[in-house]
Amino acid sequence: MSRPARESEGNRGTAVRLGLMALPLAFFGVFFAYPVAAIVSRGLKADGHWQFGRIGEVVTDPATAHVLWFTIWQAAASTALTLALALPGAYVFARYDFPGKSLLRAVVTVPFVLPTVVAGSAFLALLGRGGLLDELWGVRLDTTVWAILLAHVFFNYAVVVRTVGGLWAQLDPRQEEAARVLGAGRFAAWRRVTLPALAPAVAAAALMVFLFTFTSFGTVQILGGPRYATLEVEIYQQTAELLDLPTAAVLTLVQFAAVAVLLLVHARTVRRREATLRLVDARRTARRPRGAAQWTLLAAVLAAVVLLILLPLVVLVLRSFDGPDGYGTVFYRALASAGDNGGTFVVAPLEAIGNSVSYALAATAIAVVVGGLAAAALTRREGVLVRGFDALLMLPLGTSAVTVGFGFLIALDEPPLDLRTSWILVPLAQALVGVPFVVRTMLPVLRAVDPRLREAAAVLGASPLRAWREVDLPMVGRALAVSAGFAFAVSLGEFGATVFIARPDRPTLPVAVARLLGRPGELNYGQAMALSTVLMLVCAVALLVLERVRTDRTGEF
Amino acid sequence: MLSLRGVTVRFGDRTALDAVDLDVAEHETVCVLGPSGSGKSTLLRVVAGLQRADAGRVLLAGEDQRGVPAHRRGVGLMFQDHQLFPQRDVAGNVAFGLRARGVGRAEAARTVAGLLDLVGLPGAGRRAVAALSGGEQQRVALARALAPSPRLLMLDEPLGQLDRSLRERLVVELRSLFGRLGTTVLAVTHDQGEAFALADRVVIMRDGRVAQTGTPLEVWRRPASEFVARFLGFENVVRGTVAGGGVADTVWGKVPVPEGTGEGECGVLVRPGGVRLVPDGALECRVVSRTFRGDHVAVRLRPGGGPELEASCALAGAPEVGASVRVAFAAEDVVVLP
Repeated sequence: MSRPARESEGNRGTAVRLGLMALPLAFFGVFFAYPVAAIVSRGLKADGHWQFGRIGEVVTDPATAHVLWFTIWQAAASTALTLALALPGAYVFARYDFPGKSLLRAVVTVPFVLPTVVAGSAFLALLGRGGLLDELWGVRLDTTVWAILLAHVFFNYAVVVRTVGGLWAQLDPRQEEAARVLGAGRFAAWRRVTLPALAPAVAAAALMVFLFTFTSFGTVQILGGPRYATLEVEIYQQTAELLDLPTAAVLTLVQFAAVAVLLLVHARTVRRREATLRLVDARRTARRPRGAAQWTLLAAVLAAVVLLILLPLVVLVLRSFDGPDGYGTVFYRALASAGDNGGTFVVAPLEAIGNSVSYALAATAIAVVVGGLAAAALTRREGVLVRGFDALLMLPLGTSAVTVGFGFLIALDEPPLDLRTSWILVPLAQALVGVPFVVRTMLPVLRAVDPRLREAAAVLGASPLRAWREVDLPMVGRALAVSAGFAFAVSLGEFGATVFIARPDRPTLPVAVARLLGRPGELNYGQAMALSTVLMLVCAVALLVLERVRTDRTGEF
Repeated sequence: MLSLRGVTVRFGDRTALDAVDLDVAEHETVCVLGPSGSGKSTLLRVVAGLQRADAGRVLLAGEDQRGVPAHRRGVGLMFQDHQLFPQRDVAGNVAFGLRARGVGRAEAARTVAGLLDLVGLPGAGRRAVAALSGGEQQRVALARALAPSPRLLMLDEPLGQLDRSLRERLVVELRSLFGRLGTTVLAVTHDQGEAFALADRVVIMRDGRVAQTGTPLEVWRRPASEFVARFLGFENVVRGTVAGGGVADTVWGKVPVPEGTGEGECGVLVRPGGVRLVPDGALECRVVSRTFRGDHVAVRLRPGGGPELEASCALAGAPEVGASVRVAFAAEDVVVLP
């Protein structure tokens, strides 16, 4: 075959990939890059002139340094604490077999998809004024940094267990056995064989946790009190409360730069991990714990899960029933009416359930289509273009949701894109957060499909489209379902952007919870707890359904 | 049926196929034999349309296949590691090619049942492919490749991963099966026993080039080069000079060569059977080792100078290790190499 023919075929492959990328690129361009650019430029422009001086002023402001320092060190501390507590958990979930394991794995994951507002409320109910610790021992942690750190562990425990544990379960135990036979002791074998294999996954998990805690908004907003603010919280306050757009814009850029660096590091570690390991079926590597040491480890991990994850959830539920006249359903009943909550709502808070579910369903549909196309385009890992696209897809996870939300408001308000009054605005913003999850869940599975299976199909006479439909689709069908579930859960819990763009008469659950928490009075507080419980239940049900269809090879979340 | 003309494939600096010419006639079974890395699998992939050639032409039934995608070439390929579709059962795998070509469900089911009978797995249609043994997977892969009646069936290391007794049985089965169906087959393997048992014609490859082509007997009797000789397991090769008189001068002394051998420098191969241990032999050797080979004993000999020799001895009368023996060369087992 001559050169021109070869090049035209190569171009065809590139053309197909570009075609697949077109919709995701357009989506990110219009609904992410454009709004963010719009708000940043509005902040930095005055009378039609760029005010780059503002950047220097804000960056050198001691208050900015203070916020940035707190953001970094709380993220580092949260990450370290999460790793310390969750790595033993990852080992136990990977290597031990015990009754109720899959239920527990679902429970551990509930917090990760819980809206930050609910997690904040849960910790408030545990550590705050009139909380469980306050009642028992008079200890309050709600304005200390410990509350923030513990809440972050609560949130991200699942990230470590799933990312590291998922890989650990698929490492062939015979590798370690081979090292033992070659004369390495039990610990030496682990350190020299298993640890190097796990290290990239641990690094990737650590980076994800760092990223999530670095951009933490709802948790810090609720638990941090006036003393503690992350960049994200500061951006919110500058934007929504002080109306100081220039400062908010500069802070957004600072966060953007920090997150871009983090993502680059993350992409590197992930690529290394995918490249080098040969994995086995996870079901074959787990076994019953044996001996006192192993049972003790299992018990310790279970205790940590109960204290850190179950207890806040249980306390939240208990609070929601703990009315002024003893336990009852007062708060739940109050959710059904709009009347007597001091004008917080135009509509009954309970209606927020319907709003949330329909918004989240729309957002899921968008995220699955956009993310699915993106994952298909990324399946063959080659080219700078593809890698850049990969990183771009992760950016919304690390960008200030507040910026995105506010950007939506100021950018999408004129023809041809006047969406201010359209219900689709909220699902679009939520889908931005859902897409990275869809891509991250689908990609490892798509890449795990042996390309020679497609070749086998081609040789048997199947066209590329048919090969995709009959070979790829059946294999990734489950991953698609799982990613849809995750997209649904994170859309349901999205707060930072939704709080800006949800219309007052159509609040989502997290927005309603935040509004209730923002009002004084026991009834409002109790209702917030009740509504949080409802939100948690919706999330937990979605997640348990997920756990049912989940395969062992699905993604990193 | 199949013609390759000057097919060249490069991966970066490495040339996997270097101007390869190859022909496979209708109903013929051709086996490409070569060490790993010699470009055998690339050859199959080029014919199947899975790998673009950098130069040269692939003709199937006289038609140039340039630009024809894999799914329109009408060839079958059985992958080295089968590549059965894990989410389909046995029947689903075998029926895949039929369905892709638009064969109806009922007719496909009949064909599948017939093929499963043919490969010795009657009634296995509903079994999961993960539950099959290696040999069974091989049979399913074969049935799947045969199902759409490809005009050319290609096999990549068809029996590579099977144990010895199963291989020997399957080689015989495959040969009679292809004979009965009249299939045109192009197989690649690194195992000379497999190639010789299966093929009408073998093609030996080295570093992307064809080193020799011929019937198994021709190749076995007259290796075309020192590489082919060594690849076939012959180790008694030395350089020598023919100066007339039907002998070559080598480090082993004078070795008789066939009549009509031109004068000058050449390689000399002595098959182990032609290394005779006789009391009045000209070359004195010490016995280094003895290897029992079932019907004979391979004896390794170290002469005073030059490389070691292998002799094939009858079970009775093979010398002990350390014994001193004298060697003569039988002219009929000597092959002159370029």
